[in-house]
Amino acid sequence: MKAGDVNSAATRGAWSEDRARAAVAPHAAVPGGLLPALHALQAEFGFVPKPAIALLAHEFNLSRAEVFGVASFYHDFRLDGPAGRHVLKLCRAEACQAVGAERIAAAAQAALKLGWSETSSDGAWTLEPAYCLGLCASGPSAMLNGEPVGRLDETKLAELIEQAGP
Amino acid sequence: MTVRARLSHDTASVALGGKAVARALREAGVEIVPVGSRGLFWLEPFVEVRTASGWQAFGPVAATDVAGILEAVRNAAPHALSLGRIEDHPFLKAQTRLTFARCGTVDPASLQDYETEGGLAGLKHAIEIGPKAIRDEILASGLRGRGGAGFPAGIKWNGAADAPGDVKYLVCNADEGDSGTYADRMLMEGDPFLLIEGMAIAAVATGATKGYIYIRSEYPIAIAAMRRAIAVARDKGLLGASVLGSAFAFDLEVRVGAGSYVCGEETALLESIEGRRGQVRAKPPLPVHSGLFGKPTVIHNVLTFAAAPTILTKGAGFYRDLGLGRSRGTMPIQLAGDIKHGGLFETPFGITLGELVNDIGGGTASGRPIRAVQVGGPLGAYFPPALFDTPFDYEAFTAKGGLIGHGGVVVFNDTVDMAHQARFAMEFCAVESCGKCTPCRIGSVRGMETIDKILKEPANAAQMALLRDLCDTMKSGSLCALGGFVPYPVLSAIDHFPEDFVAR
Ligand SMILES: Cc1cc2nc3c(=O)[nH]c(=O)nc-3n(C[C@H](O)[C@H](O)[C@H](O)COP(=O)(O)O)c2cc1C
Ligand code: SF4
Ligand code: FES
Repeated sequence: MKAGDVNSAATRGAWSEDRARAAVAPHAAVPGGLLPALHALQAEFGFVPKPAIALLAHEFNLSRAEVFGVASFYHDFRLDGPAGRHVLKLCRAEACQAVGAERIAAAAQAALKLGWSETSSDGAWTLEPAYCLGLCASGPSAMLNGEPVGRLDETKLAELIEQAGP
Repeated sequence: MTVRARLSHDTASVALGGKAVARALREAGVEIVPVGSRGLFWLEPFVEVRTASGWQAFGPVAATDVAGILEAVRNAAPHALSLGRIEDHPFLKAQTRLTFARCGTVDPASLQDYETEGGLAGLKHAIEIGPKAIRDEILASGLRGRGGAGFPAGIKWNGAADAPGDVKYLVCNADEGDSGTYADRMLMEGDPFLLIEGMAIAAVATGATKGYIYIRSEYPIAIAAMRRAIAVARDKGLLGASVLGSAFAFDLEVRVGAGSYVCGEETALLESIEGRRGQVRAKPPLPVHSGLFGKPTVIHNVLTFAAAPTILTKGAGFYRDLGLGRSRGTMPIQLAGDIKHGGLFETPFGITLGELVNDIGGGTASGRPIRAVQVGGPLGAYFPPALFDTPFDYEAFTAKGGLIGHGGVVVFNDTVDMAHQARFAMEFCAVESCGKCTPCRIGSVRGMETIDKILKEPANAAQMALLRDLCDTMKSGSLCALGGFVPYPVLSAIDHFPEDFVAR
């Protein structure tokens, strides 16, 4: 969830069965442990790598299709690869719309040259939509690398992007 | 002598620079008391400094203001950000804070703080009077579920208690997906022991021995606060094999959602805890008979469980005497969007929508006129100022074609495009649909397309009729309230703002 949870860019994407097993182990015996296991895998690798689906199927005594069905149902789980080094989630829900969220979204898309749920080719940024971050009285709201941000305007957005670095 | 200051550690405070304020306070040698939010969000980051004459409040505070504030406190001099004694602030004074009484004054990690400020009295009383008497109190209080549907809590508790079986569960719905709502988050971050106490009372009353709190992943600070409080509660014997030394056993576990709105629907939430896709289950069976892992389960919103300690401490009569009609007690209303005084306003049911947004909320923050207010989240209706005399009450809102839901009130100024809002409601439904039934899965996509056509074609009467017809189908043909309630925002936009549904 936080940037710090994800390992360094070099190792996080690379598959390692040992690391996957270690991530899944604490949840395998827990009733309904599949979601916590998926969260743990994503924290470890930055996404849910394909070989992990087979591993989960084995550990939870499910078919691979079932595991894939669960992982793909939830917006949080990334199946195609890790997010960029910086993840900007912008709230698109009503309370933020009421204070200019669409303007902020357009500015972010232009500055990062990204559409929703896209990652830049150099792996620097991912732009995600969010539907409410619980900051509805101090919007427009965002989350940058797991840190909440409120009362966004174009200036503050440009500063955040600038300060985040490469 | 070291100066002490309460600093809000609420997500909103963090989002507005609270960490930099904390650094500045620490560098100035101030001892920080970490607290939750008072809920006056236009004043976050919010700081209270201990002075000879009590706590003195300041907000919104930037790191660069800290030196000046401390200087002013030292010299008992005025300061531009000074708010005086916050309890005297009109926004707080006008409230009846029961659930949020402690929020912003106690350290959310300290069970001792919680007890000193009156916590655990309800649970102790509950253990004394026993399961049946607790359920009678809850039933007599008139408490209804705060998650949206407003179902009487006491009936659920009786249902689970009477259901056969040794293993029973409690599930707390902290998925809080509605835009414009943040009360659950604020409580978990600011006074998590109240939720733990409320769930422990429900456990004693129903015979449940295990509870899950399902918190959305968008709330990392609330998740951490809740987990920390549960660990403390276990350590101090509030949870575990013997709750406060009694014969009752109860333990809690936090589960984290994964970015799905429909998982706030109670049966989808149960599926999710069980490790499956968040797909809605057909009812019956009701969760009180066959819920989590097929066992009798009481599922409530955070605020419903959190009302129980007040009822057990002050009595059913005290609670029932507040409110209007069949809506009893207080409702933590959340003011959001383009509003001057955005924040949490806990008040007995019955206050009108106009009082809320104009008198309490101070109108728009932008200074523009209000055009529409959406009440009850993305599935709630848009109300025009002409309906501002509607009292905050389940039945009154239903009568006006709306719902109060989880108590979110989102203000839009006159620049809002209501056809756009109607389209967004359909889009949101399409993104979040669990896919189980056709009216919701396909209907929401068709709804978007139809609104697009309406905005393109000059003669659109046929498309308008089609849209109404579609809403009708979704209302009556959807399995759950996602597809079933999306017609509320759409139809209210059409009915109250027809002038926006024209080609452009
Ligand atoms: C699409 C959908 C989303 C919902 N989201 C929530 C939610 O985020 N929090 C909540 O407490 N109830 C939510 N509900 C209502 C729950 O289904 C259920 O009524 C509630 O958890 C019962 O708790 P209560 O008795 O305290 O009201 C949602 C319902 C639907 C149909
Ligand atoms: S109405 Fe929508 S969300 Fe609800 S069960 Fe049907 S498809 Fe799923
Ligand atoms: S609507 Fe944006 S934070 Fe709630």
